Amino acid sequence: MLRTTLSRAKCAAAWSSTSRSVFASSTKRRMKRAMNKPADAIPFTIDGVRTGVRLCLPFVPGYFLFGAAVGALAAQKGLTFAEALLMNAIVCAAASQMVALEMWRADWTWLHVLAVGGVAAMVNLRFVLSGASLRPWLSPVRAGFVYPALGVLTDGAWAASIRYNAEGGRDFGVLAGSSVFLWLTWITAGVPGYLLGALVSNPRAFGLDLLIVFAFTATLVPILKRTRQFMPFAVSGLVALAVSFLTPGYWFVAAGAIAGALAAAFRNPKAAP
Amino acid sequence: MTDIAGHLHNGHLYAIAAMAFVTLLLRLGGYWLIGRVPLTTRLRRGLEALPVAIFAASVVPLAIKGGPAGWIAAPVVAAVMFLSGKEILALATGVAAASLARGMGL
Repeated sequence: MLRTTLSRAKCAAAWSSTSRSVFASSTKRRMKRAMNKPADAIPFTIDGVRTGVRLCLPFVPGYFLFGAAVGALAAQKGLTFAEALLMNAIVCAAASQMVALEMWRADWTWLHVLAVGGVAAMVNLRFVLSGASLRPWLSPVRAGFVYPALGVLTDGAWAASIRYNAEGGRDFGVLAGSSVFLWLTWITAGVPGYLLGALVSNPRAFGLDLLIVFAFTATLVPILKRTRQFMPFAVSGLVALAVSFLTPGYWFVAAGAIAGALAAAFRNPKAAP
Repeated sequence: MTDIAGHLHNGHLYAIAAMAFVTLLLRLGGYWLIGRVPLTTRLRRGLEALPVAIFAASVVPLAIKGGPAGWIAAPVVAAVMFLSGKEILALATGVAAASLARGMGL
């Protein structure tokens, strides 16, 4: 597995260049680009894909549990099996599907379609931020590779990939592998729920409603260990907590994350790292 | 596509398509946008802290709102992960701690 110890600052500096050196299709183009920007090279290896899948495994139980819940809800609300799977495949965002299915209807007008789209946008706003956070790492990779992977990005794949990157890894295969693997996991996870209804009758009793929180926590620890960004962590956590009590819905994720990032951006440059 | 009262045929499909479309825009939009603004030191610092900030904003409120089981189990997961570095072990310990707490009526 190829790992470099480039500092984040160096990655970020390389990112502003316009070169997309890695995946040039012809040798000629590859040579030309390699001469221009050799430092930009982001590898894409099978090893990376394997690493991506391995780092995602902690999220699989949670995905199956939420998949069962969403599948059961879809069946209740009168979606056909094909529609339920289609939704898992092309929306692929658990919380927004759950909220949308709660307001699902038998007959639709354009206004209702618009409302469901708006709700999905609100719940999924966090993807704007997770996408932005991947830019310093993936900027040299050709758009034709990055955007398809981003199109099936889920929280688990983002978390696993950003952890790998925080630990110094740069292989694009990790993002591609984890995104596609968890996307397929999510599609599969809807099947038992739809067919059998609520598989786990009382998930709360076993703490299973917290599975995603646990998987996030377990992924966060190595990142904090390495980056020591305790100040943005505290600011973001406190702001998100306050917003979660003050407003309904999912605004708290975006509010907290932006507050934490701003705090880091505007802190006193003389203070530690 | 619609009848006189404005009801859509295949309304389910339109709703799914609308959700998929906006979600796709968001998934691609942040990455696209941040590549088109100049990279100042401030922006770089903010971007570097963004992953940790997103984690904190997701985990802290959900763990607190999970009740006492969340307050106990989330730190347990963090501690096991810190000491062992094994995700699955941390996850299993967290579920055990949470179900224990809920079983005790917390």
